[in-house]
Order: sequence, then structure tokens, then C-alpha cells
Amino acid sequence: MATESSAPAGGTSPTPIARLRNRLEGPNTIGNSRPFWIGFALVLAALVAFPILGAGTGNQFSLFLVLGLLGLSLSLVWGYTGILSFGQTVFFGVGAYTFGVVSINFPSPGGITGAIAAGTLAGAVLAALLGYFMFYGGVRDVYVTIITLVSTLVMLTFMAQTAGSEWTIGEAALGGFNGMPGMPLLTLGAEGVFTFQFVFNEYEVLVPFLGTRVFDPFYYLALALLVAAYLGLRVLVNMDFGRVLVAIREDEDRTMMFGYDVKRAKLVSFTLGGGLAGFSGVLYAARNVYIDPSVFELYFATLPVVWVSVGGRKSLLGAVSATIAVEYLRLSIGGEFALVAVGALLLLSILVLPGGVVPWTASRGIPWVRTDGIPWIRKRVRGDASSEVTES
Amino acid sequence: MMQALSQARYGIGAVVVVGVLFAVGALTTPNLTFRISYAVSFVVLAAIGLAIIFGIMGVINLAHGEFILVGAYATTLAVTKVGLPLPVAMVAGALVTAVFGLVVERVIISGYVPNWIGQRTVGRDLITPFYDRLADSMVATFGLSLIMVQGARIVFGNSIDQIGVPFGSTAGYPDYRIALVGITAGVLALVYVLFTQTLFGTRVRATMQDEQTAKALGIDTERTYMYTFAIGSGLAGFTGALFAPLLSMQPSIGDQFLVEAFVAVVVGGASVVVGTSLSGLLLGPIDALFSDEFGEFAGRIALLITAMLALRFLPGGITGLIDRVRAMREGGS
Repeated sequence: MATESSAPAGGTSPTPIARLRNRLEGPNTIGNSRPFWIGFALVLAALVAFPILGAGTGNQFSLFLVLGLLGLSLSLVWGYTGILSFGQTVFFGVGAYTFGVVSINFPSPGGITGAIAAGTLAGAVLAALLGYFMFYGGVRDVYVTIITLVSTLVMLTFMAQTAGSEWTIGEAALGGFNGMPGMPLLTLGAEGVFTFQFVFNEYEVLVPFLGTRVFDPFYYLALALLVAAYLGLRVLVNMDFGRVLVAIREDEDRTMMFGYDVKRAKLVSFTLGGGLAGFSGVLYAARNVYIDPSVFELYFATLPVVWVSVGGRKSLLGAVSATIAVEYLRLSIGGEFALVAVGALLLLSILVLPGGVVPWTASRGIPWVRTDGIPWIRKRVRGDASSEVTES
Repeated sequence: MMQALSQARYGIGAVVVVGVLFAVGALTTPNLTFRISYAVSFVVLAAIGLAIIFGIMGVINLAHGEFILVGAYATTLAVTKVGLPLPVAMVAGALVTAVFGLVVERVIISGYVPNWIGQRTVGRDLITPFYDRLADSMVATFGLSLIMVQGARIVFGNSIDQIGVPFGSTAGYPDYRIALVGITAGVLALVYVLFTQTLFGTRVRATMQDEQTAKALGIDTERTYMYTFAIGSGLAGFTGALFAPLLSMQPSIGDQFLVEAFVAVVVGGASVVVGTSLSGLLLGPIDALFSDEFGEFAGRIALLITAMLALRFLPGGITGLIDRVRAMREGGS
């Protein structure tokens, strides 16, 4: 117990570590104890070592890490702000297509670096536009969900009919259902200063005692970005702004009565989520060196909702871990039954564990994910898993 | 909302106006009139089952498209495999979907079956009902929709044989599509009578307005919900049955109805008959004109923009506007 309560409750703290923890921890995230951070470091170390020990499986795993960013974006928008969006894949796809168009037209390292920014920005701008018209137009609750769902279908209809040559932006043809091949390989940096190619650039590394292993730079890039996004979002949701978001989720009208600008807060959250989804789409396109309209299909739009509701939408950790777990499961089942399994998982999780797996685990007081020393949080999480009988 | 239904004076006037417009149009510019009225019936039929379930139970059924799929497949298979005549097969398709909806309601939406099992095995409820839990009901029915689409693909393959379009054509337009317009009017009339003129309809409206009071007055609200869901599903299945000769029978057939159905419900508002038919009258021409002029994409964009404008300027949809106008009149007089 002494180790768990060592984090200072607030105010300025003497050590940099404690100050950092103070920023990362709060009532809005799960895992605020020292055991959690030790576990976090262990998992991180395992993820770093995984491709070296697991001999080449890191390649497929980097896809899960990229999609983890998409899961995080929905967790912010749905789990923390209470806006159920089926449109994260719209921003994801638009980010991916923008990256493709810009990078094909400017295939130099500087151009590709710019294409990443452009794709992310495109996702954010589209989300801001859609969000502005929705939130400032008085669209609320479930109607937002319907509008985002319809947007996905509209984007699918649009991209599917871009097969003709009139749909060519500069050098890049959108290509309809055939998709957009021929993107340059992801190479970052500036010409003449320093550049590095991240995809299809596997190194043979001599690991002591294990022999030569393949080292995939993209895997580590994706891992670093995912960890950065996770920690960044933890800081965000534990800031004052994050508290406002959670307040909106719990009771929008009351938050407005307290004098907060609810519409602006929702717009900012939706835009951030759109940007993050766009960024995820950029990495997805860069990793596959290809993008096609299947990312706008209803089925793909469901996946983020599945990940986030299985893992626990009110928990960033749940979103990331469930994304990786569900995607791993989906690919290992494979074939025509994968979709049935995903649907059944979604149905079961919302029926039996509406709060998600990770918050449920946390409410059981398992130490490494425990919400440290804040009893009312634990009570609230337990109350959310409404099917459970209260127990001592 | 229910005053909107019971105030039949304006309603009869509106029906007469629409009928006269249709007759005049059919005599002067038959092709355009048929195209638009077919588009209107498409929107109304796509939305009616969804509107009933949403308006009365507060459950958003994202598996709506797949209920249409069940109706379409059941009808097609009844004709091609069993050899029933088409009208009988259509009724059978609607009934199969209604029964299917009943099962879904008992097992998922109300959680009756899992909770019954839970009470007997672990001595507690396993799940809470989805009534008025909008977001959760969406997610749950979305899971159901995934299972159903892929299940249909696994069982029946990527497509099944289609039944031919009945009847010939008038003025270059298929008779069957014109018949659909008449059937749509019939369906609307039937739903109207069911919800305003019968004892069951009164119970449904009471439950919708105030569940607690209705329960206190002795209405079995859970049973009301159950039948409502079955009726909504049955109508979705009937929609599928009606469009079975016109569309290619793929597992993704339901997607074609989703945009129209959801936009119509958003624009229409809470009232089932008035809202759905008015939003059909508004959206059908928009969809038909934009799709014909600029392609399917433009039609869908136009629907999306209409939905956003409607949400912006008509909170509560068209029925909300009607209610406000009436309130203003009554306040003024």
C-alpha cells in the first residue's frame, strides 16, 4: 500500500518523475499506481523485444499498432466525450488517400514527410467541418451517430465511382474500386540533411545468443507513435479540458449550465479524434503502400466500435489492448467466419459487459490496473457494469 | 405526436392533394411522375419498419437492412424452392421476418431469454433491456447485422437466384413499380389504422407517451414492446419481399436501404405515419432528381445535406414542426 500511495495528490512535486506521473494520472484513466507503470514498462519491453524473439512476426503486428491509433481516436471521441461516431474510418480513409495523393505527386523524402502532415491535417479538417455543422447545428446524441454513419456510406459511394481518368489529382489516380497503388516508400527527413526509409527496409541484426534477426524499422516507428499517442491522450484527458469532456459525456446539459462551452469542447475533441484517425490512416497507407475504398465500407467502420466497446470505451488502455487483441483474433480466425466472430464478440460484450473488459478488470481490484486510492471511481466503474451484483 | 395522428382533417386534405397531384402528373408527364412516386415509395418502405421501432421503443435498429434481407431472401426462396405464388410468398416473407424479429426482441433487446436462464442458473439477471439505451442498442444491433450478413453469405453464397419482375410496363415504365406506389399507400393506411383505431394502438401510444403511467393503468408494456418490435420487423421484411423481384439478391442488399431509411427517420421525427410519409414526400423527389441528373453519389450527398439541414432547422423533424405550428395556432386563438 505504501508504494501505491506514494504519488503526490497535487501541487508542485519535487522530482521530475513525480511531476510527470502527476500529469499522466487522474480519475479519468485506469492505471494510476506504481505497479501499473512497472507492468506498462514490462509490456513495452516485451513489445520491443517481440519481433526479435518472435522471428519475423513483427511485420503483421505493426498493422495492429497502426490500427491502435484508430482505436484511441474513437476512445477519445466516444469514450471520453460521449459522441458515438461511426465516421472515424472516414477520417482514416481521407487521411490515407490524402497521403497517397500528396506523396505520389512529391515522391521526395521531404514531400513524403509533408504528405504525412497533409493526411493528418485532412482528417482533422474534415472532422472539424463535419463537427462544426453537426455540433453548432444542434445535432445531438444518436443523430450524430446516424450522420457519421451516413457519411461513411456517402464516402464509399464517392470513392467507388472514381475509376475514370477525370479523377486524377496531379500524378495520382484515385482509381475507384481498384484503389491507389504506386505510392512511394515511406522515407522521412529532408534531402541533403538526413533521410531514412521506414518500410521495406529490413535490417539483418546480429543478436547475441540468438543469431541474426530481421529488424523492421516501421514496427518501431509505429510502436513509438502509438505509445506517444497513448501517453499524450492520458495527459489530455487528465487535464482540465479532459474533465470538461467527461462532464459532457456524463451530462451535457448540466455542463452547459455550469458555463462551459459544450459545443466548442465537443468540436475540439471531434477534431482531435479526426486528426488522430487521419494519422492512423496515413500510416496504414504508408505501411501497405496502397489504399482502396474498402476502408469506407460499413464493415470496416464497425471495427473501431468493436475494439473500443470490447476493451472498454472509457479507458484508453482498453481501446489499445482490445484493438490489438481483436485484430489478432480476427486475422487468426480468418476466412468467412472472422466476421461472424467479430459480430458475436461485439454483441456479447455490449450485452454482458457494457463497460468493457479493462474497466471491469480494474473494478475487480487487480493491482496493476487499479484506479489507485480513489474509492468513488471504483464504485462508479462498478456501477457501470450494470449487470453485476454489488458485492463487498 | 398523437394529436398529429388524430387530427384527421388536415391529414385527409393532404392525402387528397397528393392523390390529385399524382393523377394530374400521371396524365401530363407520366414518366417523371412514376419515377418520383416510385422514389417516394422506396423511401417510405425503407423507413417504415425502422420508424416504428425507433419512434415507439426508442431502439435504433442498425440491423434494419438485414431484416429487409431476411424478408427478401424468404420471399425469393419461397418462390424458387417451395414454389409458392409470389403474393403468398411475400406475405410469408413478412411473417418469417416478424417471427425473427420476435426472437431478436426476446433474446437481445429485452434480454428476456438470457435473464430467464440467468435467474435459473446463477440467480440474477444477466443483461439489462435495451429500451431507450440508444447508443448501446445501436452497437448491439450492429453486431447482429454483421453476423446476419456474413451468415447469409456462408449459408446461401454470394447471391441466390432472383425472381422475375411481374407485370408488363406502361408508358415505358414497369407496372410493378407503379403497383408498389399503391401498395405503399396501402401499408401506410394500414399502419395508421392499427395505431389510431385499435385497442392495441391505444396501448402502444400510451406506453410510448408515459411508460410508468401506462404500466400503472394495467398495460403490459413489455408485451406491447414485444409486439411493436415484431410489427416493425414484419414491415421491414415486407419491404424486402416487395423489392425482391427488383434487386439482385446479395447478402449486402440491406445496405441499399440504410441511407434512405435513416435519413427519413431523422427528417420525419417521432410520428410514424405522418413523419415517414412526409419525409418520403420530401426526400423521394430530392433523391430521384439528384440521382438522375448527377448519379447515385449526388443523390446520397443531397440526402445527407437534407438530413443535416432538417436537424438544424427542424428539431424533432417534420412532426416537431407540425406540433409547433399547432401549438402556436392554439396559443393564438
